Formats: sequence, structure tokens, C-alpha cells
Amino acid sequence: MTTLSMAQALNAALRDALREDERVLVFGEDVGPLGGVFRITDGLTKEFGEERCFDTPLAEAGIVGLAVGLAMGGFRPVIEMQFDAFAYPAFEQIASHVAKLRNRTRGRLSLPMVIRIPYAGGIGGVEHHCDSSEAYYAHTPGLKVVTPATADDAYWLLRDAIADPDPVIFMEPKRLYWSKGETSAGDRRAAGFGRAAVLREGGDATLVAYGPTVPVALEAAEAAAREGRDLEVVDLRTIVPFDDATVVASVRKTGRCVVIQEAQGFAGVGAEIAARVQERCFHSLAAPVLRVTGFDIPYPPPILEHSHLPDADRVLDAVDRLQFDDEPDLLHLAGEAS
Amino acid sequence: MSVDVLLPSPVPVRFVAEDGTAVQPPTGYQVPEEERLLEAFRRMVVGRRFDRQATALTKQGRLAVYPSSRGQEACQIAGVLALREDDWLFPTYRDSVALVSRGLDPVEVLTLLRGGWHCGYDPAATRVAPQCTPLATQTIHAVGMADALRRKGEDGVVMAFIGDGGTSEGDFHEALNYAAVLHAPVVFFVQNNKYAISVPLAKQSAAPALAYKGIGYGIRSEQVDGNDLVAVLSVLDAAVEHARTGGGPFLVEAHTYRMDPHTNADDASRYREKQEVEQWEAADPLARLETYLRGRGVLGADAVEAAHEAAEKFAARVREDMNADPEADPYELFEHVFAEATPQLREQRALLASELED
Ligand SMILES: Cc1ncc(C[n+]2csc(CCOP(=O)(O)OP(=O)(O)O)c2C)c(N)n1
Ligand SMILES: [Mg+2]
Repeated sequence: MTTLSMAQALNAALRDALREDERVLVFGEDVGPLGGVFRITDGLTKEFGEERCFDTPLAEAGIVGLAVGLAMGGFRPVIEMQFDAFAYPAFEQIASHVAKLRNRTRGRLSLPMVIRIPYAGGIGGVEHHCDSSEAYYAHTPGLKVVTPATADDAYWLLRDAIADPDPVIFMEPKRLYWSKGETSAGDRRAAGFGRAAVLREGGDATLVAYGPTVPVALEAAEAAAREGRDLEVVDLRTIVPFDDATVVASVRKTGRCVVIQEAQGFAGVGAEIAARVQERCFHSLAAPVLRVTGFDIPYPPPILEHSHLPDADRVLDAVDRLQFDDEPDLLHLAGEAS
Repeated sequence: MSVDVLLPSPVPVRFVAEDGTAVQPPTGYQVPEEERLLEAFRRMVVGRRFDRQATALTKQGRLAVYPSSRGQEACQIAGVLALREDDWLFPTYRDSVALVSRGLDPVEVLTLLRGGWHCGYDPAATRVAPQCTPLATQTIHAVGMADALRRKGEDGVVMAFIGDGGTSEGDFHEALNYAAVLHAPVVFFVQNNKYAISVPLAKQSAAPALAYKGIGYGIRSEQVDGNDLVAVLSVLDAAVEHARTGGGPFLVEAHTYRMDPHTNADDASRYREKQEVEQWEAADPLARLETYLRGRGVLGADAVEAAHEAAEKFAARVREDMNADPEADPYELFEHVFAEATPQLREQRALLASELED
């Protein structure tokens, strides 16, 4: 076990994958000698040469399309989109080809490729650098969507994503890049890909979170514990495929559920989770499933982002509304009355 | 690099005039061997017959839709003849004739258009990418494949087909730039058939010729009379040779004409005059090649008749094979989304099973 930041863990995963599999190629904007704007590819060009880790021209559809052709030709591209919003020019390639080529060709072609996307806010970034774009990808059949919340998961989920026979959108919560944790890099552990992790056990309610909101959920659970409420925290890790089993088992046990996401709430991943939970746990539920999300606004300027981002207080307010006192949730009723 | 090396000929390269007589060929291009020209002729006859058959199949409800390439046979056939079997082709929806000429099973080629599946043939085995519908997106895949071949030490070349309208799409420009920067062995082959559905070339581009679009990216470019098989084959041979021998990418624009509507579902009378189409009849690529070869005394009436007989046989086989209803397995819907179905897909498959059992 070594202590690494998430950024270092991702770097280690790329390095180990490049070392172990000749077919792995890393490319994108500024990922070469600079090591990427977040330094995730630091030192890779130096160690593996320009053939294996290289800078591309500025054209995101081109980066993704090039990866499609290379993957068709037997390589395993791991490409970087510099920021969430700058992956949008590549959306046609992702939605129309990356997601569909296996199905289009009845499995005769596959695209083992990884698209790494630093996403979400909380770092004081200016416009176009803070989008939570996971729902676009999760809504697209044929894509796997992964987002780690710890350094150890970052390492192993990325290794698993690179080894996966299908395309993976690997979403890196950029505000967690510098948070440190124990990692078992190099020392194979049970696969986390496709499995949610119960990070904290509790019997009173389940907090379901992923990516940037996992530490928020843990902080809320700590605070609730001080007030005598015992919250379970589930970290999804993989949005697609979704681990219904772990989430459902937790909610059936606790009877209450709050889903937390940083993204704007409307038609988001949290809505899908809330629906799945109530479809599967209706008779175990003592209260409606609540969502804690960002507001339905374009990502705010840095000076106001703290008002937008879900924090532990917003989570705890939601937990308070889980009808522990058997009173109806007045929030929505109040809104309708006014 | 001097720009002059990249520049296309100021007028389209031509070997044979519309009346089938030879014209002074430009320097730097070879007349292809006689045997290849005869092979091209035979394939064009079959290709045109196949195209007509496919259009007929739409009227009988056997094909959902068919984008005809009638009038573009010189491009379709030369594109295929210029490639080796181990080269890759990245075609569009319009290029069924080229695929059939490459030896792909016609029913497998038409699977997309009859609605049986999105791609009926095996791209890995045939080295033909799925016929691409999102315009120009295939051109950048071709660059990636070309780079993959180079990395594996193969001397294969990749040819990407694209239409005139497609050259306005951003992906085409990204592909040109990437190909040039990566020095990829790829040939971009623009079939300028003068229309993008209803939109004429004049509204599509103000470039002096689409071939000039390569210059700004540092790509050798050429324009050719797309209804002169001899010229198209000669120029594509040179382009493929250039790419194969480490010269980097090459862009060829062929000036041709789409004789039929965009697809059988289109009404071309809403946007073009009959006289225009009639003028292009005079430039027909098949008649031109036949006159040229007959004039040179290498093609006789027997060979022409034999080619047409072979074409009729081929069309009969297509008719017969397309007569059988395609098989469809509803459970296949879930099979190829991922290598291994997710738990959610397995649930949905079970749901469909219960519906089908009712
Ligand atoms: C990205 C995209 N936009 C629009 C379309 C709809 N569309 C299909 S074919 C076509 C015209 C294309 O013209 P051109 O590139 O000249 O090829 P041609 O059909 O003439 O062979 C259009 C607009 C599409 N397939 N893809
Ligand atoms: Mg056109």
C-alpha cells in the first residue's frame, strides 16, 4: 500500500497499462511532454516515446475518430478530452460510432477504447471547465460510464477500463485529483468495475453518491452520526453498468434513500437511480426517495459555485425530510400552495 | 515543402474525351494496362446492372431505400481496382456498387438498405468498414486505420470515399489535418456528383475545386474527370502508390454526376432541370470507356455481349437471393450492445421474452 493522490494513481494506471500491453496508446491535447493540463500523463512520453504517448492537433472529434480507427486496427487507445465541455465537439463520434460500432457490425468489430474526461466543478474554474456531463454518456446505449471517488478506485477502475472489450467513458472528478488515499497499485484486488462500494455502513438511511459527491456524502454521514443518525454510504463507481443489486440491498435494509449528484438534477443520473430504487424497493421504503443535486442552471461563475454545489448541509436537510417523524415532506407541498 | 508540389492540375485530368477518343494525357500519369481497363469495363457493366436491380427492388418493396450511383461507375470501379485485397476501404451509403465489385456478397451489402441489420458483411474479413451514414465521420476513422497499419508494419493503404457535400463537414477537415500531421497512408476520394441531396455544389462551396481543400493541410491533391475511367484509375493508382511508398496522404476529387435522384424516395425534379441531366448522359462513363476500348481494337462485340450476359446473371442472382425474407431474431437486439450483456439488458431481454410468449 502506498499513499497517492488520485492524479498520481491515474498516472500509475496509465504507466502500468502502457508497460504491460503494447497495444495501449495514449493521446490527446497537451498529453505529451507537458503531461496534460492536470499532469495525469506526466512522464509517459519520456518513458514510452512519442509513438505511445503523443500530442494531437486541436480537434476533439478527430481525437475520438482517430481512436476509433486505431481500435478497429487492433490498438487500445486511451484518449484524453482536456475538459468536460471540450468533449462536446466529439459527441457525434461518441454517440454515432464509439457507442454503436459493435452493435452495427453484430460484434464483428469492437472498440476497446477509453475516453478520459476530467469533469465537474468545485475548483473555481471559469465557464466551460466545470460541466457534469455524465448523463449524456450514460443515456447512450453502448457506452460504459465510470467515475472513481478514491485514489485506489481511480487506479483499478482505469486498469479495468483499459482491459475492457468495450468503450468506456472514464469521468474523473477534477476536484478530487489532489485528494490522497491508500492505493494497492500493482497488487491486483477484487474487481470494482460494475460494482458499487458500500463505503460506510448504517441502518437509518442510504446515501447513494458517485464521483465528486462521494466525499460530500461521507461528510454528511459523519455529521449525522454525531446527532445519532446512522447513514449508509454507497459509492456507485460505475454508472453503466449500474449495480442495482448493491443499491437495492442497502435501501431494503435502511428503508430510506437520498441520491446525491453534483450535476443539475432534471433528467439526470440521480433521477434514474431514484426511479430504479422506488421500482425495486417500494415496500421497504418509509419515505420517498429524495434527490440532492445541483440546480437546473448553467454552471455558475466561481464566486457563486458554493451556492450551487450540493454540500453536506443540503444532504442533511434532505435526510431530515425522510419522514423519521412520520410527517409529510412539506417542501413540495409548500411550493404548490404558493 | 513547395506549394506547387501539392497543387492539383488546373483542369481535371482527362485521358479520354466524351466521344471516346484519346486526348493528350497530362505528364506524370500512366495509362493503366489494357487488361485492367478491360476488367474495369466488365465490372462497370455489372455494377450498373446491379445498381438498376437495386433500384427495382425498392419498387417491389424488397429494399427500404437505395441511393443509386448510376453515372458514377468509373469512380466506383476505379476506387476498388486501385486497391489491393489487404488495403482498407471506408465507404459511404452511396458506394454499394464498389463493395459488390470488391467481391462482397450483394445480399450482405444490401442488408443495411433492406433493413435487416445496420451492416450485413464482416468488416474485419473484407477490410471494408461499414457503409457510413453520418457524413464525413468515416474519413477520420480511415486515418486511424491507416496509422494502425503503419504501426503494425503493414504496407497497406486506406481509401476513404466521401461526397462533395461531405467535404463541408468539420470531420473531413479534421481528418485531412490529422492525416497530414501523422503522414498517414490514406487516400481521400471525393466523388463530386454535384449535389448533396438537393443542394447544388455552388451553394456548398466557393472553393475553385474541392481538390484545393487538401492544400491548406499540406496534402498532395488532384482533380480528375470522374466519368473517364482511364483517368480516374490512373490518378488513383498514383495516389495509392504515393501513400503506400511513404509519401503520406493524397486527396483526389473526381468530377462526376448523380444521374438518379438522391435515393428512390427523392424527387429530383424539385431542384434540377431535365436538360442538365440530359447533358450528362452524353458524358456517360460506361459508353465512353466502351467506345475508347473498341476504338483501340481491344474490345470486341463478343466481349461486350459476354459482359452484359454476366451482368444479367448477376442481377438474376441478386433478385433471387433478395426474394427470401431476411431472418430476424428479436433477442439479437441485446446481443451486441456490449461484449457481455449488462444485468439491465438481461432483464429487458426477459421482458421481451415474456411479451413474445404471450
Ligand atoms: C452529419 C450528417 N448530416 C446530414 C445527413 C443527411 N444527409 C444524408 S446524405 C446527405 C447529402 C450528402 O451529399 P454528398 O456528401 O454530396 O454525398 P452524395 O449523397 O451526393 O453521394 C445528407 C445531407 C447525414 N447523413 N449526416
Ligand atoms: Mg454529392
